[in-house]
Amino acid sequence: MYVAVKGGERAIENSHAVLAEARRGDAAVPPLTLPQIAGQLGLAVDRVMAEASLYDRELAALAIKQAQGDLVEGAFLLRAYRTTLPRFCASLPVETERMVVERRISATYKDLPGGQVLGPTYDYTHRLLDFSLAAEGDATSAPRADTPLNATMPHVTSLLGAEGLMRPEAPDQEREPADVTRDPPRFPADRSARLQTLARGDEGFVLAMGYSTQRGYGGAHPFAGEIRHGSVAVEIVPEELGFPITIGDIMVTECEMVNQFKGSRTEKPQFTRGYGLVFGHGERKAMGMALVDRALMAAELGEDAVHPAQDHEFVLSHCDNVESSGFVQHLKLPHYVDFQSELELVRRLRAEADLRMAEQQREAAE
Amino acid sequence: MATLARAPRERLEAAIASLAPTPQWERLRGPEAGMVMVRGRMGSVGGAFNLGEMTVARCAVRLDDGRVGHAYRAGRDLRAAELAAVLDACALGPGLPASLAAALAAMDAAEDAARDDRSRRAAATRVDFYGMVRMG
Repeated sequence: MYVAVKGGERAIENSHAVLAEARRGDAAVPPLTLPQIAGQLGLAVDRVMAEASLYDRELAALAIKQAQGDLVEGAFLLRAYRTTLPRFCASLPVETERMVVERRISATYKDLPGGQVLGPTYDYTHRLLDFSLAAEGDATSAPRADTPLNATMPHVTSLLGAEGLMRPEAPDQEREPADVTRDPPRFPADRSARLQTLARGDEGFVLAMGYSTQRGYGGAHPFAGEIRHGSVAVEIVPEELGFPITIGDIMVTECEMVNQFKGSRTEKPQFTRGYGLVFGHGERKAMGMALVDRALMAAELGEDAVHPAQDHEFVLSHCDNVESSGFVQHLKLPHYVDFQSELELVRRLRAEADLRMAEQQREAAE
Repeated sequence: MATLARAPRERLEAAIASLAPTPQWERLRGPEAGMVMVRGRMGSVGGAFNLGEMTVARCAVRLDDGRVGHAYRAGRDLRAAELAAVLDACALGPGLPASLAAALAAMDAAEDAARDDRSRRAAATRVDFYGMVRMG
């Protein structure tokens, strides 16, 4: 049997050209600039950075432009770029208590230290299309308060913790966290590996898994203890200096979900927390992550782990959209030889079935 | 170093230009682009986990008088990293040049002003709850 292995070069070359033309769109319309994408499609940039697991607004804007706004493809492009850079070191853990807050809300305490700060949110918009945006609008400016917000805001969970009502986090033992980009995950997975995987996981998948726990597939009764968004300073300790230095600031979104825990033989009933932290402004993702983080603790807390969101391997092996997309889309690659053998197998089985049925008919007739 | 890491490149260029004599330097390492793995804390207070990487430009330089400067800056601006390393070296030792002291103070002031403005913008959206008291 002859199998064609050559012959697509010109078609592929022309396909690249067609893609470039389609990407550019109407040549009479000015092309998008990267500052326009980074500045006016900021939430798309945030999502691409989060799911690529690389914080760089300019590169994420380029990835979005190159991918024609396909954010999953954009994350893929940024992931690929990431492999070309060396890693200098890891940072000290960012301290979200000292976040320069742009938004901070709690659904559990009305009056909390620092207050409820709505910031930029779609929560109170009417979700009606705003046709004034279809016309080219001028820059708008929001009002400023006379005084800035408090420099530090305690977490809601620390208020519960002070009363002994919140299950404490395991103390920081300076243990090296897992790194799923270097070591393949093992199951059950360490919590550091779970959080890293969820932080770079697909927003839709993480959201749906979190939703499933609310609908009865996980028995969660969560409260949004706190959601905060703003900038945090990133500090590293370079080997050559030996002391911590600030290298810049990144925007992050953090969610702490407060969940019930009915207690065990050794522990009194108390609240537990599910934790979400993502690059950029992504509340939906941070909340989904916090729900799933808590669901994945089921076995550690002695709860029955029977639902999909509580299954480490199911969640962590399927939440990455670059991997999922790669494996699903590889089906588009030529499988001519595989299929040829399947075809022959099915034909043979059908021929055998024909013989068998003819035999049965003859026996019945006799 | 935080000041030099956050300042926009134009301010670093201006600070170098204001120095007399203009500093001479050689590169010890870089400037080069790479990444830092950003870490968070589990549950905001617990042990560390890897959140994701960020791009970083770094550089190390030696001035002709032997002082060594280092810079690490978020992003991939190699020129800015080199300038920041030179200014870091210039700020070492006794006798900080007056023009550099003024430039660093101006960088800090600009950063503080931007931060204050963003914080006051957020503060304007803080909710003031008030109670409704039924009369009678």
